[in-house]
Amino acid sequence: MKGRRVTDDAKRSGFSRRSFLRGGAAGALSGGLTTGLLTGETASAAAATDPEATETLGPGPVEIELEVNGATRRLAVEPRVTLLDGLRDRLDVTGPKRVCDRGTCGACTVLEDGRPIYACSRLMIESAGRSITTVEGLGSPDAMHDVQQAFVDHDAQQCGYCTPGFVVATAALLTRNAAPSEPEIEAGLGGNFCRCGTYKGIRAVVAGGKGGGVSGG
Amino acid sequence: MRPFGYAAPATVEQAVGLLAAEGSEALAGGTDLLSLLKDDVERVDRLVALRGVAGLSGIELDGGRLRVGAMTTLQELRDHEDAIEALPALAVAIDGVASAQLREMGTVGGDLLQRPRCWYYRRGFGLLALTADGRSMAAEGDNRYHAIFPAGEARFVNPSSLAPLLVALGAEAVVHGPAGERRLPVEALYRAPLSPGERENTLAPGELLAGVEANVDGSRSAVYEVRQRRSLDWPLMAAAVTLTGSGPRAEKARIVLGHAAPTPHVASAAGDLLSGQELTSETVAAAANAAVEDARPMSGNRYKVQLARTAVRRALGHAAGMEI
Amino acid sequence: MADYSWPEADRRAQIGARPARLDGPVKSTGFAKYPSDQNPDGLLAAKILTCPHAHARIVGIDTSAAEAMPGVRVVHVIQGEGSEIQWAGDEVAAVAAVTEDLARDALRAIRVDYEVLPHFVTEEDRDGAPGARPAGERAEGDPDAAFATAHRAVERTLGMPQMAHMCLEPHGQVCSWDGDELEVHASTQAVSTLAGQFATELGLPASQVRIRTEYMGGGFGSKFSPDRWGIVGAELARKAGAPVKLFLERDQEVTVAGSRPSAFARIRAAADERGKLVAWDSDSWGSGGLPGTGQTPLPYVFSRLPNRRTRHTSVPTNLAGSRAWRAPNHPQACFLTMAVLDDLADELGLDPIDFLERNLDLTGRPDTYREQLAIAAEMASWKERWQPRGREREGALQRGLGVSVHTWGGRGHSSNCDVTVHPDGAVEARIGSQDIGTGTRTIVAQVLAETFGLELHQVRVSLGDNVYPQSGPSGGSSTVGGVTASTRRAAQDALREVLVHVAPRLEAEPEQLVAGGGRVFVDGDSSRGMSWREAAAQIGGAPISVQGRNPGPGRLISSGVGGVQIAEVEVDVDTGVVHVERMIAVQDCGLIINRRLAESQVYGGLIMGVGYALYEEWIPDPVSGRLLNADMEFYKLAGLVDVGSLEVHMMTGPGYDERGVIGLGEPPVISPGAAISNAVANAIGVRVPYLPLTPDRVLDALAGRGEPA
Repeated sequence: MKGRRVTDDAKRSGFSRRSFLRGGAAGALSGGLTTGLLTGETASAAAATDPEATETLGPGPVEIELEVNGATRRLAVEPRVTLLDGLRDRLDVTGPKRVCDRGTCGACTVLEDGRPIYACSRLMIESAGRSITTVEGLGSPDAMHDVQQAFVDHDAQQCGYCTPGFVVATAALLTRNAAPSEPEIEAGLGGNFCRCGTYKGIRAVVAGGKGGGVSGG
Repeated sequence: MRPFGYAAPATVEQAVGLLAAEGSEALAGGTDLLSLLKDDVERVDRLVALRGVAGLSGIELDGGRLRVGAMTTLQELRDHEDAIEALPALAVAIDGVASAQLREMGTVGGDLLQRPRCWYYRRGFGLLALTADGRSMAAEGDNRYHAIFPAGEARFVNPSSLAPLLVALGAEAVVHGPAGERRLPVEALYRAPLSPGERENTLAPGELLAGVEANVDGSRSAVYEVRQRRSLDWPLMAAAVTLTGSGPRAEKARIVLGHAAPTPHVASAAGDLLSGQELTSETVAAAANAAVEDARPMSGNRYKVQLARTAVRRALGHAAGMEI
Repeated sequence: MADYSWPEADRRAQIGARPARLDGPVKSTGFAKYPSDQNPDGLLAAKILTCPHAHARIVGIDTSAAEAMPGVRVVHVIQGEGSEIQWAGDEVAAVAAVTEDLARDALRAIRVDYEVLPHFVTEEDRDGAPGARPAGERAEGDPDAAFATAHRAVERTLGMPQMAHMCLEPHGQVCSWDGDELEVHASTQAVSTLAGQFATELGLPASQVRIRTEYMGGGFGSKFSPDRWGIVGAELARKAGAPVKLFLERDQEVTVAGSRPSAFARIRAAADERGKLVAWDSDSWGSGGLPGTGQTPLPYVFSRLPNRRTRHTSVPTNLAGSRAWRAPNHPQACFLTMAVLDDLADELGLDPIDFLERNLDLTGRPDTYREQLAIAAEMASWKERWQPRGREREGALQRGLGVSVHTWGGRGHSSNCDVTVHPDGAVEARIGSQDIGTGTRTIVAQVLAETFGLELHQVRVSLGDNVYPQSGPSGGSSTVGGVTASTRRAAQDALREVLVHVAPRLEAEPEQLVAGGGRVFVDGDSSRGMSWREAAAQIGGAPISVQGRNPGPGRLISSGVGGVQIAEVEVDVDTGVVHVERMIAVQDCGLIINRRLAESQVYGGLIMGVGYALYEEWIPDPVSGRLLNADMEFYKLAGLVDVGSLEVHMMTGPGYDERGVIGLGEPPVISPGAAISNAVANAIGVRVPYLPLTPDRVLDALAGRGEPA
């Protein structure tokens, strides 16, 4: 698949040192299993005794750093600001759309460290130190990602408001599995909804053009 | 959302310490809690982010014992081939969350402790949704998605995707708190609140669900969910069953309904009926009927009794590998 | 008298082709800036406080705490003390602040005291409705006598509740003032008419209001007016001296920004021994919220049914007023009619397609329907696969087929278009229309390119701005006819002017010249010609600019279409879950400009139709009077994997093309509810009387507890 690669190379120490912790802790999520699982013995002694690690930030603005579409962005946000609102209102990254704002419709889908998430249901401060890819980061009108090109080719869009989320979710699905089965399509795109009714075209995108669709020619 | 503070502890001890303070809530995947805060249904002074807490995430399968950290995402669990091979019903329960985004964000602990979806609760009328003069809004209003086994005035349903299966398996929850670790059956995490101030889970202030453990050897389990849409949609009803013993006879059967009651509903009469019995279409049908014998549907959810019967029948059929 | 017409079939390069929509790349990359994406410098965020009660009087309102909050710029009371509120979600006050979160904080600080009044929201309960009122009664022939002598009759009580437009981009706008000039980036279907409405409300000359809508995220009939939040947004911006963005929250969008009226009816229909319809009697009611609602056209399509009586009752409720919803009144009328006819066919022991065919003389276009029914039946393998009701397959999963027919007008609206040819060969159209997702931008470009013999990338289309010539609101499938007629006329006139300049160089008369393939040449002798660029250079130093106006029906456009749809469903009779396996649509729409976009409209109609047939409904709470599903969790749209396989056949070519362009947005959304309901009845042997076909309703019907009260 051509287009910008979706990477998982976040520098996960995205809080500014002045206001917050010295990195590392946020990286523990995917740090793998240790034998002490579920017994509470896994924490390093250093972290456990680091008084700053339990500092409460906010409710006022907190300086954070994150990567958005390949560029390092630094800004001060209140903890209550969602990733979606932070992207749209603070960074003017308006590809992801706010539709349901309750983690249901998929229009705000972005990749966080390569994984599809609902940006409306993630606090921006939680994405500090991580890498965010929005639909704009996959490609541009002059250099479209394959999936974006396929959305054009199969007329998988009408008003276009669900499209950014669908493009990102579809790219994530096809990265996981280039030829998904019906249950895999259900699992991959069940969390995105369109109102105009563009599913025929999106089906064709997922099928790599083999599913008919609303194509040219 | 109202303003709140944010803390990101690195250890379970730190998290427990932070959570002990009044007004603190644990933030896991965020897919439920942020909606509750946006709707002003719940309020917090401080969110304690568990994403960076060491040791809360991971999957272990050791001698038939499955251990899953509470911050393990549903997708991580779904992608763990050994766990799914040992307990295929997990895949059904997780795939029921038909949204890649929710599976990537949502955690095992978050799934178990998510708050009810009751539309009265979500609109600020409280878990019991009583009017000023003490009448039940759910009973008098629209209850098509509500409990067929209400408990007192609690008429919402437990929404967890994993709880019915874990309860059927007899899984244990591992809880950390100010007093250290305690273990309890997963079903003991839940209760039906009796008064408006009560929650539907039994965690004390400062306590944190760290993970779950279950024996997955020597039994057959299945989950069947009735969902209206194949796309993201709450089940209208779910059944999980675990049969011990092999062959056509079930030594012991545990049958648990989800989306049926304020807690995962253990249909013990139905399980008892099957225990020691050969599974035939007759015994399965009898168990399905027994599972709903004491159902008390309301004005608009009688159909859920039928759904429960069907879900039990189909789950049993899948677990026993028979056509029902 | 100039001749305006479409090129002959063998001379069309663009018309009827399948080019991709021109704004596809900006949309699929997220580069398209919608009104809700506008972030001008100094932007303030505004939020609206709504009433939580379905019926109440405001007895006190105190905004002082909100006004004192840091970051709050303006607090505006919309309905003050003494106001009577008639639905939950009605607007009470608004706040503009430096961030959205601060604006929401301020809303929570506004104290409103209400005297709560009794409410009524259960629209299906006509007898319990305090404001129910007769809204029309008509009779033709002698229905009582016809029923008395009829061979077979059925009586059914059927209904479908109110449902939402659920535009993904919520209603709203960004308002900016420059002195006393207002600019509004509005999510609207009515770029050219909105300015006047803003101006009236704000006390401005309309010439001082600029409306811009380059892209917009869905309207479906709900975005024709500035609405109260538009005027409030402009007032907040004026008071704050800063641009203000005000878009509805999702719960507000679902509750107040658009719904389709409900329709319920007790219907009797009868036929004679030959299967000919002889009598109809319908007693219908419905609600569009507080205003109630008028009658749906019954009997639908078979409107020449001889002996008929129709009565209607309007049921006002304490819910926000309904709006035009894609094909207003038709989906309701279609469901009520086609379900009863389908049941009557079953009563007569007839295949429903056979039954419809026997009665096509009662419709306005028997030949079209006959042809369409045959094509649809062929596509569905109806003859081989259709079985009468009651022939169950083994197991819980039952399959069924259902059919429905529909009609729509689709006449082009009033439209003006400026076409300019520049001496360097550049060609552009400016038109005060809007592309609401149907592809208006693309089809205007195709008409331009066709007329001048150019490629799509060689022409430019500007729309979505009221500084361009007036073009009508996009509603009722009126846009494609309007904009193609005005554009074609302007383009033909402009080309004629160019040809006058070119003719002497080619030693020919202008009438002998044609444009095609990037050239201008003598018709029949392409060697006598020149490139388009060279031709344009002949016009001198100044561009040619011509305005075209759609004068109404003629050779370019007309109206009136028919369509047939067949649904195939699978019903799990143990759970009541219905899955649509397949939808087939056969549709005519006159001359098609863009086959691909036309098909997309039909697919979209089918998909939206699956939504309202199976999932979508407003759920008002009788206790609180509030909508219980003002969200996207329990207000359920159909998902990608819920709509089955979709097949579209467009009626096109000789016999259809000569009619000119006819709109297509509405017709395909009319039949799905009826076709799917009929397929379910065919699968399970009984009618599920209500839409949407939810498991509870299906199981109730199977248990013999079907009919609504």
